[in-house]
Amino acid sequence: MAAPSAASPDANFLALLFSRRAVLLALIVFAAILLLCLFAPLVAPADPMKMSVRARLSPPGGDFLLGADAFGRDVLSRLLYAGRVSLMIGLGVAALASVAGVAFGLLAGFFRRLDGPISRLVDAMMAFPDILLAIALVSILGGSVVNVIIALAIVYTPRISRIVRASTLVIRELPYVEAARALGSSTRTIMFTHVLRNILSPIVVQATFIFAYAMLAEAGLSFLGVGIDPKTPSWGTMINEGRQYLDQAAFLIVFPGLVISVSVLALQLIGDGFRDALDPRLAKDL
Amino acid sequence: MSEPLLKIRNLTKTFNAPSGAVQAVSDVSFDIPRGSITGLVGESGSGKTTLGRALLRLIEPTSGETVFDGQDLNTLSVAEMREARKRMQIIFQDPVSSLNPRLRVCDIIAEGLKAHRIGTARSRRDTVASLLEEVGLSADHMSRFPHEFSGGQRQRIGIARALALEPEFIVADESVSALDVSIQAQVLNLLLDLRKRRNLTMLFIAHDLSVVEYLCDQIAVMYLGKIAEIGPSRPLYEAPAHPYTEALLSAIPLPDPKRNRSRTILRGDIPSPLAPPSGCVFRTRCPHAEDACAQGDTAAITVGAAHQSYCKRTEELYVRA
Repeated sequence: MAAPSAASPDANFLALLFSRRAVLLALIVFAAILLLCLFAPLVAPADPMKMSVRARLSPPGGDFLLGADAFGRDVLSRLLYAGRVSLMIGLGVAALASVAGVAFGLLAGFFRRLDGPISRLVDAMMAFPDILLAIALVSILGGSVVNVIIALAIVYTPRISRIVRASTLVIRELPYVEAARALGSSTRTIMFTHVLRNILSPIVVQATFIFAYAMLAEAGLSFLGVGIDPKTPSWGTMINEGRQYLDQAAFLIVFPGLVISVSVLALQLIGDGFRDALDPRLAKDL
Repeated sequence: MSEPLLKIRNLTKTFNAPSGAVQAVSDVSFDIPRGSITGLVGESGSGKTTLGRALLRLIEPTSGETVFDGQDLNTLSVAEMREARKRMQIIFQDPVSSLNPRLRVCDIIAEGLKAHRIGTARSRRDTVASLLEEVGLSADHMSRFPHEFSGGQRQRIGIARALALEPEFIVADESVSALDVSIQAQVLNLLLDLRKRRNLTMLFIAHDLSVVEYLCDQIAVMYLGKIAEIGPSRPLYEAPAHPYTEALLSAIPLPDPKRNRSRTILRGDIPSPLAPPSGCVFRTRCPHAEDACAQGDTAAITVGAAHQSYCKRTEELYVRA
């Protein structure tokens, strides 16, 4: 496929993306967090569930690099395992919201009759504050990892769907789409080959942001006690549990808080980087 | 002459705008003979692009017939129309937006073949290679992306895409007006060449009359959704029989600064198609307009072989000499 002469627009994009130091750094940091959590069983110093009464609330240092929680469990190990849940929720929400958002957006953009109902529904959903809608949905669905992913995906689907609809409306009027119709291409070909392929960039950018928002929202839900089952460690549940020992062991919430902040910041920078690298007008001034 | 390839009868396209109905194409009838190039000229907003699209049913006509090789396209079902699309293609004005920036040239040109499941992946590649050669590009260009080409080259890719299905009829919508003059000539020569080699029938939409004169056998002049005058190029250029054609022709710059000529200069803009003038639509800008021009429809008046004018005063203004 890769002919030597073909400088694909995507190769150009990567060069632009990596040319920004902050974005490169964010990519490295995020990749590191991702890999450490992914290989948690290999890198974690202890069993995240192993309790020890004597180690209760041990401060960082010594046997417990980042301290131990109220049950004497190793905070570092818990952070690594909890990261798997938090990242999975972020990724799951971003993926699910993208797929659903693309489907709704394409349908609304392509079929006038569906546009009204879909757009009104999207508007209605966007009228709710994200976290309120998420709380309501999780209360209805019940708190498990899958349900939190579904609830947050519902919350973030309208963001993608709006972008997709707007871009579809622009692209469907372009001459190359008209050419496709003149050639006898099916609506499906036009939707996927011509429209979707040309709006992937804004979708990827938005999905990156949703990844970050979803991780924050999960933490928020867990902190409020309506998130996933507290027995499953996630960064949010760790903060929620640590909250009671704020005066004795602030590190219990500082470390998960720090990982959340760093991951979200990295994701936002990556999203910004995507956006700038994909927008030729901005790219020139970098 | 044999039966014309395309017979257009009373074709009308009305758009419903919030402020009222706009007749972009209003009761247009003419023939496009097999193997000919028909030029369609008129200023912006005259409806020439809409007419070109309506012929191919890229815009659904409101009423009228488009008889292509004995068959009225406007009565075909969606599936039948899809099949018929193989026989008619379009080349666009803008060489940038008419090619999908994310597709490689081979995929762009082979799109029609894929849509109609013609050939295998390999045979399609061979077809694309020979099409590229035919339009003056190289087969090596196949795996490149559109942004790697110049405007003229992109236009050639668009032409190759249109040719892939071996159509008999091509609508060229302002296909050279976005190009430099030197490149224009190259692309025009390519079109003439292809017409001869493939025995194509073309509708060439343009606003540049000098380009049309060079290329076309027959010319239709449009104004505000209606045909003003239609006829074979030579007579139409030498002895126009409609004041609008006269005005358009006198607007062509002559490469001779010493030559004096009387110019017909039109005043004002084309009227709003929301409220077209009664009677002859051109009367509000016509230097020869009389009270009578405001009444009744204008009928075609034959002034020569296949040459018709829709001016009510044709006889007194143009025929006597």
